[in-house]
Amino acid sequence: MTLDSKIPAGPIEKSWDNHRFALKLVNPANKRKYTVIVVGTGLAGASAAASLGELGYNVLAFSYHESPRRAHSIAAQGGINAPKNYSNDGDSVWRLFYDTVKGGDYRAREANVYRLAQVSGSIIDQCVAQGVPFARDYAGYLDNRSFGGAQVSRTFYARGQTGQQLLLGAYSALCRQMDTGAVKFFARREMLDVVLVDGQARGIVCRNLVTGELEPYVGDAVVLATGGYANTFYLSTNAKASNATAIWRAYKRGAAFANPCYTQIHPTCIPQSGEYQSKLTLMSESLRNDGRIWVPKKKGDTRKPADIPESERDYYLERVYPAFGNLVPRDVASRAAKRMCDEGYGVGSTGRAVYLDFADSIKRLGKSVIEERYSNLFDMYHEISAEDPYTMPMRIYPAVHYTMGGLWVDYNLMSSIPGMYVLGEANFSDHGANRLGASALMQGLADGYFIIPYTIGDYLATQKFKPVKTEDAAFKETQAGVAQMVTKMMSMNGKKTAEEFHRELGKIMWDNVGMGRNKAGLQKALAEIPKLREEFWSNLKIVGSAAELNMELEKAGRVADFMELGELLAYDALHREESCGGHFREEHQTEEGEAKRNDEQFSYVAAWEYAGAGKTPVLNKEPLTFEHVKPSQRSYK
Amino acid sequence: MNFTLKIWRQKNRNDKGTFVTYTIANIAADASFLEMLDVLNVELTKKGEDPVAFDHDCREGICGSCGIMVNGRAHGPGHGVATCELRMRVFREGETIVAEPWRAKPFPVIKDLVVDRSSFDRIMMAGGYISAKTGGAPDGNALPISKPISDEAMDAASCIGCGACVAACPNSSAMLFVAAKVSHLALLPQGKPERKRRVERMVSQMDAEGFGNCSNNYACEAECPKEISVSNIARLNREFLMAKIT
Repeated sequence: MTLDSKIPAGPIEKSWDNHRFALKLVNPANKRKYTVIVVGTGLAGASAAASLGELGYNVLAFSYHESPRRAHSIAAQGGINAPKNYSNDGDSVWRLFYDTVKGGDYRAREANVYRLAQVSGSIIDQCVAQGVPFARDYAGYLDNRSFGGAQVSRTFYARGQTGQQLLLGAYSALCRQMDTGAVKFFARREMLDVVLVDGQARGIVCRNLVTGELEPYVGDAVVLATGGYANTFYLSTNAKASNATAIWRAYKRGAAFANPCYTQIHPTCIPQSGEYQSKLTLMSESLRNDGRIWVPKKKGDTRKPADIPESERDYYLERVYPAFGNLVPRDVASRAAKRMCDEGYGVGSTGRAVYLDFADSIKRLGKSVIEERYSNLFDMYHEISAEDPYTMPMRIYPAVHYTMGGLWVDYNLMSSIPGMYVLGEANFSDHGANRLGASALMQGLADGYFIIPYTIGDYLATQKFKPVKTEDAAFKETQAGVAQMVTKMMSMNGKKTAEEFHRELGKIMWDNVGMGRNKAGLQKALAEIPKLREEFWSNLKIVGSAAELNMELEKAGRVADFMELGELLAYDALHREESCGGHFREEHQTEEGEAKRNDEQFSYVAAWEYAGAGKTPVLNKEPLTFEHVKPSQRSYK
Repeated sequence: MNFTLKIWRQKNRNDKGTFVTYTIANIAADASFLEMLDVLNVELTKKGEDPVAFDHDCREGICGSCGIMVNGRAHGPGHGVATCELRMRVFREGETIVAEPWRAKPFPVIKDLVVDRSSFDRIMMAGGYISAKTGGAPDGNALPISKPISDEAMDAASCIGCGACVAACPNSSAMLFVAAKVSHLALLPQGKPERKRRVERMVSQMDAEGFGNCSNNYACEAECPKEISVSNIARLNREFLMAKIT
């Protein structure tokens, strides 16, 4: 496979403008003759479908949810970045670009990141125009706050519900296009395969989740915006249905999968409390702006937090990282918490938690200010833990929450399958090995509102499309393959449910491929996952039929894919003999326990190519060059 | 904790449906209502019985997917929580818990506790938006909006579209849902140019879907997981009246 990133030549400040000018346009009258399939209608998918519909394309949008408003983008809390410099604190496109490349530990493409920083301001403007009720100050202007890892205030937010408000904005734009007929929305449809004709993506096969029927759809291009794969770990902060099936099946059709081992662990989650637990709950890391993280200085201290005097508390982030304190990037904060707990300083019944304390802020700012900023998060914590964070510190622990890896895409966001585009968390493009806070919403909307509308036109304008029908052999064969897999899953009548297999997979992943990884653990995972998969394919139990709403069948298909993806993830983590961002190999750390990169050997994108069932995937390397942000050891001290 | 569950089972849209009684043991008090159903479903599957279908996703009260009538109340006992946030510790040991789907004509049952809420999408399509095309927006700070107005719009905009208001209402009215969107957009200056057309079209679609009228019962506000105020319904009525007479 040859990977052409199509990064424009010339000065980086001009590259997106020049590139846009070079892109071919589709004549306005011809746009309606093209059909674009958009799979997934979260932030990236809904904004793309709405924008393409506005341009005049004929758009078919698909979601396994009942409505676009249910997508997991809705759960993002903290905010969205844009270098508007409204705070007059020295922010600029260049600084956001610099922070993002550095925050990603020098494993992202400079040109992509620069473009992201460039268009992010327009996202805020667009969202305000749609009626997104961003927080404002008393003069009526937009308010900003600083957010994990940034020394400027560039984060726009809507209380602790920024993702909800942005998604509802994109959803409303999509509704407008659904009303005009430009976009046709297909609810409760799960994409189970992509259909290739002469090597181009020309359609998809979906399962209608209500009737169980398999349905083929034809298009001229396919856009996947189906989110990340954090649920490979079973316990994550992702929604229960979040899955990797669309991108995984595209991978098996020839789309390269880039950097699967770059997974992000979020530092401020509510700790696990029991085996029954179905998911972990994230609380926005904006909490770290006003909360102080600490553990007792004494190991195994079981006193109540209020009984531990100030002098016997270790505010370890402030101690180790005086410049950034509690605001160090996510990966640094997460690993520090793990280290403290591993060493025996953890708190709570399991010892796998640290305190996040608001007492000082409440004293300094008053309870009402803290309420204004975080009341929904405090309520959520109270609801789950039955403890009141206004009077006692929260207990927090890191959890898997986002995946930087994803399908490989070029500068146009096209995957290695011609005509198949990948947006948002589903692609790998902008965050390198670690994503900064408030950058996921930014990237999803940048891709959907301001990048795909231009780049897809170039493809459509320059290709010749032969007429394709769902009766064609390519569609029949793809659909038959999907049907076979469904039949196989329904027919085993074994003893274990998909949920049980998922839990077991999650345990293997978290124990061996989680926050700290080493060779022995990764090899163990690579030995255990295939065994579990073998058992899955002989001992799975699903009740009911495939010709009805069958949520166990849906889950089983997703778990089947997670079990394959988990193996690739571990394989990638084993091959990457360095630590960078969210990928921490215990063999490669500095004396102080920080991630140690190996730029000489690993400054590349690892794009894995499917080689067939049971075969070792092929590694393709896209070298990364840094002309503007000189790689250095990240230091937040 | 141990419970007896009476759960509504209905194979599909056309099936008549009935309550089926189950018993469940050893549920952690901190488990959520949905996690309790997860445990039940694993047990049912192992016995070869069809697991209970229910909609759910984020499990942190923001996606609006879940929605179960628990003991006759939308999202169960307590205030300001969605079903996924309902913890088993609020029930008594040994209690019999009744779980049924939202009951409203515009929300037909798909299976068991899963209902079809696409009528909400169609109401949104009829005007729940500001027609701002991608690309044409002025700078975000070009239009200052007073903080109290912006905050009030945000209060209304926090609706998660779960349908509890409809399920709780004796008339199956969707007024709180529609009012939340109309208020959010009518309060903001960006939403003013389309306010008349918006309210007329959304209300007309609401009626066409078969939702009932508001008779000031306030059950919607009481059961709303986001505690959206009925004062929004008053604003909806004013907006509608103004649109009709001006």
